[in-house]
Amino acid sequence: MKAAVVLFPGSNREGDAARAIEQATGVKPVIAWHGDHDLPAGTDLVVLPGGFSYGDYLRCGAIAARSKLMDAIRLHAEKGGLVLGICNGFQILVESGLLPGVLMRNADLRFVCRMQHLRVERNDTPFAKAYAKDQVIKVAIAHGEGNYVADAETIARLEGEGRVAFRYCDAEGQLGGAANPNGSINHIAGVYSENFNVLGLMPHPENLIDGLVGGTDGKGMFSSLAAFRRAA
Amino acid sequence: MKARVTVTLKLGVLDPQGKAIEGALKSLGVSDVAGVRQGKVFDIELAGSDRARAESQLKEACEKLLANTVVENYRVELL
Repeated sequence: MKAAVVLFPGSNREGDAARAIEQATGVKPVIAWHGDHDLPAGTDLVVLPGGFSYGDYLRCGAIAARSKLMDAIRLHAEKGGLVLGICNGFQILVESGLLPGVLMRNADLRFVCRMQHLRVERNDTPFAKAYAKDQVIKVAIAHGEGNYVADAETIARLEGEGRVAFRYCDAEGQLGGAANPNGSINHIAGVYSENFNVLGLMPHPENLIDGLVGGTDGKGMFSSLAAFRRAA
Repeated sequence: MKARVTVTLKLGVLDPQGKAIEGALKSLGVSDVAGVRQGKVFDIELAGSDRARAESQLKEACEKLLANTVVENYRVELL
């Protein structure tokens, strides 16, 4: 598993993402600069980390989505390469058109930073094999613009194709009410691309990989990714 | 040449910021306010004097970056 974590001006979770990948794969990922033309040779997985790329100017992720390296990442995704966008990384993926929809300001206008339960909607993807379907996991969220919005047709297509990766829920796996932190349509916390090789999600699994700091429910995503490549 | 680009949310897209501004205006006693939608304005300086070219460049700017056409509309005015 060769992973590259992309660094944009204003990224701040690249270290967390790199640590989670190294813990799962035993290999330190390359930190790739957004202004480069090419990904490191042999990259299997590209991670767009959380943060505030370009200070969230214009729209969250909008300017980062137009950086040079994104063309190489688009090509990588077209060829079936894995791409994971976390938080600001998810915002960059929707701005770049690699995933549908848009992330609007949280419905209550407040930045939300707390622990959050998620329901794993499917586990037959490279990102979620280590989880059980409908498993409830507890991870961290920290965002002001996580309110997933798309037109009715797009939502119907995503639901019909089973492309919702995670939904916000409570500890029992129930959806709705206070369990939805930002007003996302259908409680969507993360979505897959058509071929399930690109995943964008607002929560931070990379911060839940160590029992000393809050829990280990995020480990499954990185062990899934590590195992996927080995099996391929 | 000067231009102004206005980007607004499409009808039907929830605008919690507009709602909050509307509430604040009402609480300030501006009682006739019946609705607020907020957006963005870009004042752009263009080289050259070809209006048709300017318009197509500005449209390109909107489509490529200034507006997210999933949820936003844009309007271009040459001043």
